[in-house]
Amino acid sequence: MSRTRLLQSIALHAVMLPLALLFLLPIVWMLIAATLPNNEILAAPPTLLPGVHLAENWRELNNDLNFTRAVVNSVGISIIFTVTATLVAAMSGYAFAKFRFAGRGILFTIVIAALTIPFEVRAIPQYLLVARDLGLGNTWWAIILPWLAYPLGVFFMRQNMLSVPSDLLEAARIDGAGEMRIFAQIVLPIMRPALAAVAIVLFLFQWNDYFWPLLILSQKDAYTIPVALGTLVGLTRVSWGGIMVGTAIATLPFLILFLWLQRYFIAGITAGAIKD
Amino acid sequence: MTPPKSPRRVRRSTLAPYLFLAPFFAMFAVFWVYPIAYSFVLSFLNTRRRPWTFDPDFNWGRLVQDEFFWNALQNTMIILVVQVPLMLAFATLLAVAFGSDLLKAKGFFRFAFFAPLVLGAVPYSAVFRLIFNEQYGILNFGLTSIGLPSVPWLFESTPALITIMIAMTWRWTGYNAIILLSGLQSIPLALYEAAKIDGAGPLQRFFRITIPMLRPVLLFTFVLSTIGTLQLFTEPWLITNTGPGNATETLVTYLYKQGFRSFNFGYASAIAYTVAIIAAIFSLLQIRLVGGREVDR
Repeated sequence: MSRTRLLQSIALHAVMLPLALLFLLPIVWMLIAATLPNNEILAAPPTLLPGVHLAENWRELNNDLNFTRAVVNSVGISIIFTVTATLVAAMSGYAFAKFRFAGRGILFTIVIAALTIPFEVRAIPQYLLVARDLGLGNTWWAIILPWLAYPLGVFFMRQNMLSVPSDLLEAARIDGAGEMRIFAQIVLPIMRPALAAVAIVLFLFQWNDYFWPLLILSQKDAYTIPVALGTLVGLTRVSWGGIMVGTAIATLPFLILFLWLQRYFIAGITAGAIKD
Repeated sequence: MTPPKSPRRVRRSTLAPYLFLAPFFAMFAVFWVYPIAYSFVLSFLNTRRRPWTFDPDFNWGRLVQDEFFWNALQNTMIILVVQVPLMLAFATLLAVAFGSDLLKAKGFFRFAFFAPLVLGAVPYSAVFRLIFNEQYGILNFGLTSIGLPSVPWLFESTPALITIMIAMTWRWTGYNAIILLSGLQSIPLALYEAAKIDGAGPLQRFFRITIPMLRPVLLFTFVLSTIGTLQLFTEPWLITNTGPGNATETLVTYLYKQGFRSFNFGYASAIAYTVAIIAAIFSLLQIRLVGGREVDR
């Protein structure tokens, strides 16, 4: 019995190990290529060991456009967006989970229905609204505002808020605490793990978003990291070493964070799948 | 429930939920409801010259006859029908492997298969464009060094479509496997024990217990992947430049060209609504096909 189990286990690993290495290859190659000069990346056979061209590649990346500025934009936008959108989602989730009020069912159904609406149906009027009517083109707000209403965040927070004990809220009310204070000083602290999961999902979404920033950003100084990288990929004469440094900057923090905070990432990803 | 003790408390608790909801629904009205409605109106306007005029046939009539639109639709559907089922089958097997105690070094495997999900579409498309380069890509280098022919990944129609599908599979398999794994873990172990006692082999247990019990979660991943594939943009835009020719043109790359290269907002809105309608049809169809047969629970 244990002999067959051992054989089964070996067979499983014999399949899984090559697959895992194949899956790791793009990330490994990205990190190696970031340290190589262009002629060694585009060589047959390619150099497969890290080189010493990292600093030079970073300089080349900043030659083509101001990548440092793109990093600043992405960090600023993602932080402001994450804090605000998480708060908005938490407030709505709290209302749906812990209050009874007229219209609750309809409003929650609207949130759920919004989950299945592709962004593309919003893209064109939103472009006209933000760039032309509000005059916000090429600003951070152009990127931040349209997604502050993030339905998946509301759904996830609502599911988690159901577990906040109502007795606790009632006791606070009897003590004369205001609704805002109850939310800020009792609800938010208990919800810290759920808030972390939502915040990670929102940050990652904003950090990686491409389609909307591509539509609304036309000035190089306003570019986020994905838009800046996308522009470089399309050029005919490109420094692949430079692009790989850019992709490494865009991804490495999250790969490390993923190793460290896997639990929250996975909680965030399975958010939508949790059944009532 | 006891009746409220003071009028003050009644007022507070009736207003409070609306105040908590106000920020979300204010933003929702401006950035969801208004654009969705206005997009619908735009699809019936001739936006080719000012002033924009109402002409219902202008965009929708063109859409039906536009061979570039049909080509984009066809490419999107091919990717949908081929890539999504293969990826989800792969993700299911991966989830089963992760759920099994036969697998050791789970931390390593988890990183290998789940790490892609933190990569943004642009960074990973850049890496894939480099890897799939015909002359210099390390993929063709690997293929030729084990005696296989080199493939013109980005320069011929079918290989270009396959490249897009491989890229998407790399990025999304782990994501779906995580969701499926959470579904797998909620299947009662007693079911497997009982089946074992009844003499069911591992394959039988997989098809008779795992798959049926996983059906709701599988449905969820199917709907999610379908909507995602219908919105496919970044990978064909950056890896293959929607080429060669129009071989990897998708609905959304075509929408982008119409809306933001030609600035034909009316026509782009018609394409956008087509994407939304197809997404809705597919979601409903899958819920009926897969969810409708659900008898247990």
